[in-house]
Amino acid sequence: MIDKLKLVSHVDAINWNKIEDDKDVEVWNRLTNNFWLPEKIPLSNDIQSWNQLTPVEQQLTMRVFTGLTLLDTIQGTVGAVSLIPDAITPHEEAVYTNIAFMESVHAKSYSSIFSTLASTKEIDEAFRWSTENENLQRKASIVMDYYQGDDPLKRKVASVLLESFLFYSGFYLPMYFSSRARLTNTADLIRLIIRDEAVHGYYIGYKFQKGLEKETQERRDEIKDYTFNLVFELYENEVQYTQDLYDEVGLTEDVKMFLHYNANKALMNLGYEAIFPKDVCDVNPAILSALSPNGDENHDFFSGSGSSYVIGKAVVTEDDDWDF
Amino acid sequence: MTDIVYFSSTSGNTARFVEKLGRTAARIPLYAREEPLVAQEPFVLCVPTYGGGSVGGAVPKQVIKFLNNETNRSLIRGVIGAGNMNFGTAYCLAGDIIAAKCKVPHLYRFEVFGTPDDVRIVHDGLEEFWKQQP
Repeated sequence: MIDKLKLVSHVDAINWNKIEDDKDVEVWNRLTNNFWLPEKIPLSNDIQSWNQLTPVEQQLTMRVFTGLTLLDTIQGTVGAVSLIPDAITPHEEAVYTNIAFMESVHAKSYSSIFSTLASTKEIDEAFRWSTENENLQRKASIVMDYYQGDDPLKRKVASVLLESFLFYSGFYLPMYFSSRARLTNTADLIRLIIRDEAVHGYYIGYKFQKGLEKETQERRDEIKDYTFNLVFELYENEVQYTQDLYDEVGLTEDVKMFLHYNANKALMNLGYEAIFPKDVCDVNPAILSALSPNGDENHDFFSGSGSSYVIGKAVVTEDDDWDF
Repeated sequence: MTDIVYFSSTSGNTARFVEKLGRTAARIPLYAREEPLVAQEPFVLCVPTYGGGSVGGAVPKQVIKFLNNETNRSLIRGVIGAGNMNFGTAYCLAGDIIAAKCKVPHLYRFEVFGTPDDVRIVHDGLEEFWKQQP
């Protein structure tokens, strides 16, 4: 429980015609253009595919999604809201309210998946598992502690690590299924969540870097140490959580590659260099391909390894967005 | 010689990647009030895409303005895209669109501000690329 509700101490009427940071408008527009609801995704088309999963795979799916539900609930109810009093501009406050709301949409969308695919008994069991799994609960409590601390920059670090790193042990599974043409509608929904989280991580990371610029070198060193320590603390826990989930289906090592890759990107969102070397970030190309159609390889013209490099590769372009 | 032209928003991720390449580069101005950039020699364009999934708006308007200048368009030799794979179909979409429109190769894609490996590959790759240009 939060001991004392922290609110912005003073509010002026927000004027969107007077902008201090263009990034606020750009991200607000991006987020509102990306708006979606789970009702738009034909999840019921996955029922047949769901019935073809083994009982172990079904149970894994339920557990993964309750874990993600917990993180989205934290981010919607506490995380994004806790950033509001720290905001520098009124428009930044407004962006956080959008982020908080979308996190609640994400959390609710897992329930849409559950009610479409599973029985009440299976749903109840999965939620019980989520409250009993130590590593999931530890992950939640580590982040919650920082949200309730009194350091705005540390709060942003925790928030970016949640948005850009902690979700990915879960996101792996629907991407894995999608690469095997299973639960493809569910995967479409998850891709929308991933897209939102990417914008959230980018934006909060950007605001973090802006805040850090104003700090002394001593304080920057302190924040950097704190960030890397928190990454390792969360990473240790993620590895155990990943084992709890994926050992039974033999995917743990593959998921760990994905964790390293995403931890690197979370750090980059905060402006820090990647720490996990390339050889432990060798994510299964099928997973990257499931994330992005351009993601299956580097499309690396320079080393000649990108088979899909073609001049003028087919892209639908419209003259009205590209007016010479 | 200035063989890289790039666009970077206030987040500065693409600028940071280009700086790490250690090559002479010119930045497309962020604001309309700034002097427009006119390229003097052949260049590779480095451009980010962030966020949404649609083609409209994928190419930053500043980059469109830059390429609307025929001199600039005639000197582009390749594109390097930046972004985040988590943006799905929009990952490096601006690079795809520009490559198609200008009929030049989309040479490379990297995420956020690139890993040390990305920097090495692009650095060495551009050396070779320029040697092979007529």
